[in-house]
Amino acid sequence: MQLTLEFGGGLELLCDSVKSHNINVDPQDGEKQLTMKNLLSWVRTNVIKERPEMFMKGDSVRPGVLVLVNDTDWELSGQLETVLEEKDNVVFISTLHGG
Amino acid sequence: MDFNGVEATRIRQEIDHLKSKKRNIEQQISALEAQLNQLEVNSSTVCPQPLSNGDLSNSNGLSPDMIYRYSRHLLLPSFGVQGQANLLKSSVLVIGAGGLGSPALLYLAACGVGRMGIVDHDVVELNNLQRQIIHTEAYIGKSKVESAAATCRSINSSTQIVEHREAFRTSNALEIVSKYDVVVDATDNAPSRYMINDCCVVLGKPLVSGAALGLEGQLTVYNYNGGPCYRCLFPTPPPTNACQRCADSGVLGVVPGVIGCLQALEAIKVASLVGEPLSGRMLLLDALSGRFRNVKLRGRSLQCEACGDDAVLTRQTFSEFDYEKFTQTPLSTVPLKLNFLSADDRISTKEYNEKVRKGDAHILVDVRPSHHYKIVSLPNSMNIPLSTLEGRLPEISAALEKEVNKENGSNTSLFVICRRGNDSQVAVELLHKLGFTSAKDIIGGLESWTHNVDPKFPTY
Repeated sequence: MQLTLEFGGGLELLCDSVKSHNINVDPQDGEKQLTMKNLLSWVRTNVIKERPEMFMKGDSVRPGVLVLVNDTDWELSGQLETVLEEKDNVVFISTLHGG
Repeated sequence: MDFNGVEATRIRQEIDHLKSKKRNIEQQISALEAQLNQLEVNSSTVCPQPLSNGDLSNSNGLSPDMIYRYSRHLLLPSFGVQGQANLLKSSVLVIGAGGLGSPALLYLAACGVGRMGIVDHDVVELNNLQRQIIHTEAYIGKSKVESAAATCRSINSSTQIVEHREAFRTSNALEIVSKYDVVVDATDNAPSRYMINDCCVVLGKPLVSGAALGLEGQLTVYNYNGGPCYRCLFPTPPPTNACQRCADSGVLGVVPGVIGCLQALEAIKVASLVGEPLSGRMLLLDALSGRFRNVKLRGRSLQCEACGDDAVLTRQTFSEFDYEKFTQTPLSTVPLKLNFLSADDRISTKEYNEKVRKGDAHILVDVRPSHHYKIVSLPNSMNIPLSTLEGRLPEISAALEKEVNKENGSNTSLFVICRRGNDSQVAVELLHKLGFTSAKDIIGGLESWTHNVDPKFPTY
């Protein structure tokens, strides 16, 4: 399954300062679907290069990170249970405080 | 003290005296201007001057001057007289007169908001002027509120400007915010953002929230018309080290400029009751790629601790809440000062300077990121950023060996420096663990070098 991942608000620093990633990831053995929960653990292993604790806490993202699936807050699509589809766009963005 | 010194002191005193007199006169002028504006507003709304038949210009409450000044607004069919009249009756509070607040205040003053409050406790510094465009060189060292208010008055003397030259705290927040219709959060830290949100929830005020860092910006409207508040989105504060500051990470001046302008736009929409405010949505700016992204956010959370159905947030609980403890971040922008190494493992910049002057054999490792090192560095230092330190130990070993051979002795010391003396301590601790037990931290870093050794050494 082809997905586009984007990191912003400083999270890109955890993956060699690369903001946009075109990835190919398939559901794990025995699973029919790929959920956000599966994707997060895949991202942690395959995309995040340093300080994974700045990206995740437990099996979800750390506080202060907004997750957007196709430009919509993942709270509206089921958070970790969100089922991903071909060509979906997933954005991880850290909230900014500067001004 | 020699004659020049005495003369310089006398001149400085004379300058201070004149400045204080000038301040007094400026205050008197603005008070009189406000009085005059009030009279003019009253005469145009309460007892309209009779004009020629068929001229209805005064029936809408706008004076001829106002009609002329705001004509481009009045010509907009979707904004028009009603939008302008709403704006003139409204009041907006801008918290923070920095990178976001500067453009927001300029546009809000120009557009004809009736009353505008400005909160900030800071003074203008030279390194603000790259982005805080409301301030000018003449105001360096003076209150940001005083400076911003003067600029706003010079743009539009008919807008009433209220100066709150104080830090925004739970002790004064309710009293200040209660006097305004709309709040603009133009602050630069996490505890302020939670505090302003909660205050707006308690008082039922819409909150226009903007943030910028580096080359990215974010904008949304909270607590508007049943929409989500800041805590609905971020119930738990982020870890302290996830909160970067402009003073550490940098920011391209125009980025908060863009977001601040958009904050003014949202405040104008909310205050004039025109358009569709950015509530339940967020605008994300990636300046580097020139992309705006408008995303759909969750609605109000029923479990929200501020605005949820079972929330217990009241005036009382708000004023007792410790936002610094909650976010593990100080409200003031004073940089972090770590102090965890023992005194034996540290030397002052003066002591280090002595060693250099005596020609003591040593290696100086500067652990700042390389783009910091390029700004300014001490002579004969080697740049090994903290993040790469572990992998580059052989370079330090080689440099030490070379120095030992050169001096034909074994007392070569290893010193570590950074910008303020925090990362250098982390580096020294790491070096000790990895076998470089003689590594010493230079206390206070390059900032201390400027303060205590060489005042001409640039700070940034």
